[in-house]
Amino acid sequence: MNKRLFTLLSLLVIASMALTACGTAATQAPAATDAPAATDAPAATDAPAAAYECTDALGCVKIAPDEPLHMAFWGVLSGADSSLGEDSKRGVEIAIDDKGGKLLGHDILLTTEDALCTPEGGATAASKLATDTSIVALVGSTCSDETVGGIAAITQAGLTTISPSNTRPALTDPNRGPDYAGYLRTAHSDAFQGKAVAEFAYNFLGVRKAATIHDGSAYAQALQQVFSDNFKELGGEIVAQEAVAKDATDMKPVLTTIAAKQPEFIYYPVFVAVGGYITAQVRDVPGLEDVKLAGSDGIFSPDFLKASGPNVEGVYLSSPDFSAFTGDYAGFLKKHEAKYGGSTLSTFHAHAYDAANIIFAALEKVAVVEADGTVYVPRQALRDAIYATKDFPGITGNLSCSPSGDCGAPVIAVYQVVNADPASWNPADPTNPNPKKVWP
Amino acid sequence: MRTSFGERMLDLVVTGFLWGIRIAILLAIVIGTIVTVSKGHYTSEQWIGFVVFGVAQGAIYALIALGYTMVYGILRMINFAHGDIFMTGAFGAYFVATWLNTIGFVDRNPFLGLLIPVLFAMILAAAIAMLVERIAYRPLRNAPRLVPLISAIGASFFLEYAFRGFFGPGKYAYPPIKALDGGWTIFNVEIQKVQVLVVAAAAIMMAILYFIVMYTKVGKAMRAVSESQDTAALMGIDVNRIIVSTFALGAAMAGAAGVLFSLVYRQIDFFMGFTPGIKAFTAAVLGGIGNIPGAMVGGLVLGVFESIGPSLFLEGLGIPRPYQLKDVIAYTMLVMILLFRPSGILGERLSKKKA
Repeated sequence: MNKRLFTLLSLLVIASMALTACGTAATQAPAATDAPAATDAPAATDAPAAAYECTDALGCVKIAPDEPLHMAFWGVLSGADSSLGEDSKRGVEIAIDDKGGKLLGHDILLTTEDALCTPEGGATAASKLATDTSIVALVGSTCSDETVGGIAAITQAGLTTISPSNTRPALTDPNRGPDYAGYLRTAHSDAFQGKAVAEFAYNFLGVRKAATIHDGSAYAQALQQVFSDNFKELGGEIVAQEAVAKDATDMKPVLTTIAAKQPEFIYYPVFVAVGGYITAQVRDVPGLEDVKLAGSDGIFSPDFLKASGPNVEGVYLSSPDFSAFTGDYAGFLKKHEAKYGGSTLSTFHAHAYDAANIIFAALEKVAVVEADGTVYVPRQALRDAIYATKDFPGITGNLSCSPSGDCGAPVIAVYQVVNADPASWNPADPTNPNPKKVWP
Repeated sequence: MRTSFGERMLDLVVTGFLWGIRIAILLAIVIGTIVTVSKGHYTSEQWIGFVVFGVAQGAIYALIALGYTMVYGILRMINFAHGDIFMTGAFGAYFVATWLNTIGFVDRNPFLGLLIPVLFAMILAAAIAMLVERIAYRPLRNAPRLVPLISAIGASFFLEYAFRGFFGPGKYAYPPIKALDGGWTIFNVEIQKVQVLVVAAAAIMMAILYFIVMYTKVGKAMRAVSESQDTAALMGIDVNRIIVSTFALGAAMAGAAGVLFSLVYRQIDFFMGFTPGIKAFTAAVLGGIGNIPGAMVGGLVLGVFESIGPSLFLEGLGIPRPYQLKDVIAYTMLVMILLFRPSGILGERLSKKKA
């Protein structure tokens, strides 16, 4: 009897709590619309009684004294391109270590979400992260496709993300639309990279007939188009612009089609899987035995060497110019070696490190710290502070963010693979680098 | 049989619609082909090249398709983990071949250097398939048909992500065999040695399989079990043993296909079985699922169509970047065959009650 009474009572308590919760939510909602400044304030802030009053247009994140400061990394962490995301994630982790794992008196907590290098994966990861109201800011994504799929969810949640490795030009176009308000990047735009490769091919290699292959991804499609436009402008001829599916394995038919147009140079700015298949098969196709090959930062990784086999020797790869990094890149590499062992996995670790540090600097600028250690982070102010970044001393250069979200210092170099052994990968080695910088 | 006027009209409309699709697709192919050929972008050597690539790819599809078709023939279930059995074979061969390569054995004795990884891959794939059958399928033997299918998908994921856990998500390059470099020139057409090897090996493998199924005791028992499990059991056939050997035989073919695939495309990863698996399943349906010669024919037809299709008729129709649509050709063929000849090219040589 007693037990049943207890159950009944607890049910009543739960029901009343639920009702009260609904009630408060209902009364808060119209209050939010009354205030013109707070258009879509998330209910993250429920401490109006405290000394700090949140007036931010996007609301504030409240971090209680015993709570960690929550950041997130989203990008590709599985599948063939996982080295790209893993590499960037390591950059963020090293940046956190450099802060001693603490910022504003709180431990930094890093959540990661796999975005699979696809628009769908990006959308899923972003919507998942967007529902977590404890997140302050994000680093990511790694593939341009992920951003295309996920950025709307992140911007609408009042979050801001800095991508270390998205290079698709449209992402920081001045007319990119309101969904991209929460998006910046420390990576270069491919408007620079495609142009650099075109100049390298036309002026340095002296080729006049080029073909391109892309894999339908936002990144590859845009990059080969920028290359083609610039190559034509220089006076060259684009004899073929082909495309394959992202999961294609047999490249010989498409390469035979290209061989019929007799190019001197094939540019395939794709990712590791497709890049590996093309490189491994291209020499078997009659007419392409001596054609010059080039890829870009998507395959600037020892994984590409692993996937390609011995044919990879001599392939040109464009990438940010490591020797143009103004910051302490050597010091970063030492920390990387100590923490993970071996050399870096891909291209954009330094960009990720800079992205995390830009966020830290902005946080230190805008966060409000109470006497008891409670921290409030106004979201719009944080976003504005990140956009206002000027002459930030990063590893990749002195970074200033443009109003359309470009923070990178775009210095592109072209490297050449000189040794097919993936273990020899070390583009930053001063004496015996592989791949080796050949241009400019 | 009596049918109302309305029903007959509906029937007419549906038939007319299907004929319309047939004619439209046929027209598209013919027009595309005529335009491409009249433009003359490609030399006849290049056309033969397309066919050769297609035959090599198709032989691999055919080898994998055999496993689908044999298991379907005997159990009426689609073994969706089969593509991943193919992957395990490739991985097994990769490690053996790399080791043989580093000790220099392959250069000294190229024939054995090729054969040992193939045999190892076949044994490994068969062993894993037998385990999968024991753990994931046998307990569900009498469950409704959908249940083993779901279990198969689970087994497929398990194998993929187990291999990812062991060997990481990265790609591995299959070691090159020097003896297979280069090719022969026949009538002005250069044919890669490795492609000749793939086609020859696949043909030998299929001949052996055909011999086993048609002329040995185990093969006879397999055919009996596929006719009727209960009757076969009454005749003193150990049904479980026969089912296990069917799985093992099909998996051995897939394992060998994994090595041949790696020899041609020189790249392996934990997810490599997925697309070829689906394509091989398409090939099995194309040829007539449950029918062993059908799987071979289906594989070759699919491989050749995929290879020449984009440049033969898609390009002629003015479709830019036709190679992106390679998979569309494969799956359009699947839909067409399901619509117009559900029994497949060679028809299903099984008694009707199993369909």
